[in-house]
Amino acid sequence: MTTVLNHLRYRPSHEWIEPGKSPAAVGITDHAQAELTDIVFVDLPVIGRQVKAGDPVAVVESVKAASDIYAPVSGEIVAVNEALNGNPGLINTDPFTEGWIFQIAPSNPTEPDTLLDAEAYRAHIS
Amino acid sequence: MTENLQRSPLHQDHLALSARMVPFAGWEMPVQYSGLMAEHHAVRQTVGVFDISHMGQVIVSGLGAEAFLNHALTNDISRLAPGHGHYTLLLNDHGGVIDDLIAYRTGESEFFLVINAARIDEDWAQLTTLHAAAPSDADIVELANLSPACGGLAIQGPKSRAVFATLFGPDATYPEKNTVISCDTPEGLMWLCGTGYTGEDGFEFFMPATTASDWFQRTVTAVQAEGGLPCGLGARDTLRLEMGYPLNGNDLSPDHTPLQAGLGFFVALNKEHFIGQNALLQEKAAGLTRKLTGFRMTSTAPPPRPHYPVLSAEGQPLGEICSGTLSPTLQYGIGMAYLPPTHTTPGTPLQIEIRGKTYPAEVTKKPFHRPQ
Repeated sequence: MTTVLNHLRYRPSHEWIEPGKSPAAVGITDHAQAELTDIVFVDLPVIGRQVKAGDPVAVVESVKAASDIYAPVSGEIVAVNEALNGNPGLINTDPFTEGWIFQIAPSNPTEPDTLLDAEAYRAHIS
Repeated sequence: MTENLQRSPLHQDHLALSARMVPFAGWEMPVQYSGLMAEHHAVRQTVGVFDISHMGQVIVSGLGAEAFLNHALTNDISRLAPGHGHYTLLLNDHGGVIDDLIAYRTGESEFFLVINAARIDEDWAQLTTLHAAAPSDADIVELANLSPACGGLAIQGPKSRAVFATLFGPDATYPEKNTVISCDTPEGLMWLCGTGYTGEDGFEFFMPATTASDWFQRTVTAVQAEGGLPCGLGARDTLRLEMGYPLNGNDLSPDHTPLQAGLGFFVALNKEHFIGQNALLQEKAAGLTRKLTGFRMTSTAPPPRPHYPVLSAEGQPLGEICSGTLSPTLQYGIGMAYLPPTHTTPGTPLQIEIRGKTYPAEVTKKPFHRPQ
């Protein structure tokens, strides 16, 4: 039973972002964490980095594989979830809240609205 | 899924258990069922069952079988008593590794070989070539490749004996370490082998492919009754690497000799003759230039993985990782790499380059983990 939250926006590569906020938290979806399985390491981005939508900005690693995490929108990385350094499994247990990965200040505040809404993301992963 | 992959006789059973299927060595195999970590810990703490139907089986028999295999393989097979087996290697003329395998003596002049899935064709080609080249006055040797007709299961972990008793009855003889029991059943031959790839107590057994699904169902039930789990190739890889066991294709290849791989114990260099012997004698006399060396990460770092560069503490390139993982038991990164002899002493500092950053590591003795 995969959870998809109605108030978030989604990139087809399975990142979520909070719309209408700056900074906006970004993480990976419940579906993505289930596919990746036990997450054992997260390479967090550098605070202050300017990124473009689609840039690989973080790496989430299970025992078997390292997976790139992409910026869902353009902007500046303004915070990272340091708790993941000690407890990367937060992404598995709570992907939408405690397991957020970084916060971004979108260059264009309405860019998140151009991403998939919950209904479209559900269709994407079904 | 990639095309032309072979399927295990347990394919439908894996799907019914919601296994995640991946390509491995030309086969579509389960990488995990409930989760790699849980499966790994099940084998260390209770018991797990693995599908090893992809592995190959060859029978070598006849009055000349012992002499034939002692020529083809590195270990001294004449020292094996009936009912016993050992780890050995099949080399090319240059001493490079074609395959690593277990050879069991199942009768006075009958041997059962268990070979790697990815090397069945190469092994068979090498054995049949050597067979064809044998002198005409040599004693008779017969080769049979049973690989497509056999299924296989590995039961591994401290509760393996309880699972064995459930499957075969409380009075059945357990195959102790490095022994083999072959039995003739109405459906065909079965082999029970006291071997494994995890470092734990356990056994492997091979049966007619037509009966594999039935055995698997019964084994899963018995394993679960002991608190264990069906386990995929993901856990099989982390378990074997914690023991420092090499994986053919990662750590063993025709580019490296068993001496470089630290497998000299399984090479009877002084026996009369075997394929690759001259190359190994020369290498031994000249001194090894590379040795398969264990290392561990010494600070928080991403899991080390194959092909990441290995550097000296001063930043000089030394080689690349062959096998690497986060050890689920030890909770730090471990791996193996072919390194120059200057960098093989335990405690020697190293650096591992991961995505352009370097992380500290040090040379460590194998095995990385010793089961209780």
